[in-house]
Amino acid sequence: MEKASASAWRKFSARYNMIGNVCKTCNTKYFPPRIVCKNCGRNTKMESFAFTGNGEIFSFTKIHVPSEAFKESAPYVIGVIKLDEGPLVEGHIVESSKEPQIGAKVKQVFRRMYTDGEEGLITYHFKFELI
Amino acid sequence: MRDVAIIGIGLTKFGERWEHGMRELMAEAGVKAITDANIGSKDVEIVYGSTMASGRFVGQEHMAALLADQLGFKNIPAVRIENACASGGSALRQGYMAVASGMHNIVVVGGVEKMTDVTTSEATTALGGAGDQEWELSQGITFPGLYALMAKRHMYEYGTTEEQLASVAVKNHENATKNEYAQFRKPITIQDVLNSKMVAEPLKVFDCSPISDGAAVVVLAPLEIAKKYNDTPIKIVASEQASDTLGLSERQSLTEIKATKISALNAYKNAGVKPSDIDVVEVHDCFTIAEILAMEDLGFYEKGKAAKAIFDGETRLNSKLSVNTSGGLKGCGHPVGATGIKQAVEITMQLRGEAKGRQVNGAEIGMTHNVGGSGATAVVHIMKRVN
Repeated sequence: MEKASASAWRKFSARYNMIGNVCKTCNTKYFPPRIVCKNCGRNTKMESFAFTGNGEIFSFTKIHVPSEAFKESAPYVIGVIKLDEGPLVEGHIVESSKEPQIGAKVKQVFRRMYTDGEEGLITYHFKFELI
Repeated sequence: MRDVAIIGIGLTKFGERWEHGMRELMAEAGVKAITDANIGSKDVEIVYGSTMASGRFVGQEHMAALLADQLGFKNIPAVRIENACASGGSALRQGYMAVASGMHNIVVVGGVEKMTDVTTSEATTALGGAGDQEWELSQGITFPGLYALMAKRHMYEYGTTEEQLASVAVKNHENATKNEYAQFRKPITIQDVLNSKMVAEPLKVFDCSPISDGAAVVVLAPLEIAKKYNDTPIKIVASEQASDTLGLSERQSLTEIKATKISALNAYKNAGVKPSDIDVVEVHDCFTIAEILAMEDLGFYEKGKAAKAIFDGETRLNSKLSVNTSGGLKGCGHPVGATGIKQAVEITMQLRGEAKGRQVNGAEIGMTHNVGGSGATAVVHIMKRVN
């Protein structure tokens, strides 16, 4: 639920382009990006890192009872995706003729996430599509 | 550090309590607890209150001062603890530390949630705040959705079945039929669970704990003076807590809750007991998969072995290990902020020998296990009867 446009705007680079970051000391890649490295603490440098968005399904579920903002979209499929670069990330798996299953390959796509009423902001986000 | 004991307990009936608001529920449980502890209002030195989302559910924040006032504790310090679904267990630990440290003698810890004044989708949104708002709730990943992701992976890695998940709900409903405080006092079958409405695959309505109203209160005191108030004080022999990432996918594994494992290991060490010494345990079964994970992460079963054991009846009342004798979150109900304290009330009843139709024979050592979110907080307490 995001009524304010500022909170969406702050996340544009991550939500539109899957830009996370990487620790220059231990080389751990993070999505979502974070200020402090889990391994090295603050004694390191964090740099932006663009993920390809390619990976495979690690787990998935179809949500039938949604939260308020997603009332119009249910049911929808959510996956935990293991990205080729390492991290796990949660996201929608868009509808296709194929059934999702653990281990199936996916790629990142850019889609509408939800619309906040008739006059509100339209929120976009990366989603995943079965290859 | 001083030894700490529970000297009083109070509980409301859990369920759809439309005739009562949040403050009436707190007062109902609180009056029972201070009566049970045989103390006066003036004896209480500090109150710790827990609610997860009273602001979302009834528009009321600042709940601890309200609790202190409603119970007639005039002008004493009152602190609200919020740790999602582990708010109650976390508040109990704060109370424990206040007494153990020597800072306070008589401490009241009370939890409440008044959830049925809002619609299901509003409640789903409020509970979703237990996960990562920016990366989970914002994408429509609900709280049942997070546990569904864990369940699906557990099924993939260990061959866990939907029937085995269902058997957790069946057992907990069976226990709830024997608990006068429980929301659901009706036995159900595995087929009932499998036929119930889908929430987030593979979890159906009967795999999920309900939306409930209720409150629970305990009174704590130093063990050395506990007998003055109560003939059977229950000693808290370990109080442990751990945290983890809010986001489910930021962890290494979806099939274990690391915060539970860490809390449990420390609790066993500090209490000087092992899993096989525990007679009765209340675990955090917000979803059926959560009880399976808990039985493994608390060290009662090897990873991947708990689902079959539960299905085979090993954790029914008075079998190998009695688990969720209250009915758990599933059968007794889950007024979120009250749950962690209700677990302590149930274990106190069991160790006192007051659990009536659901008494575990010869219960000497009990455990509570309270989880927040999809595992970002876990709190474990071990308790013992003092003879």
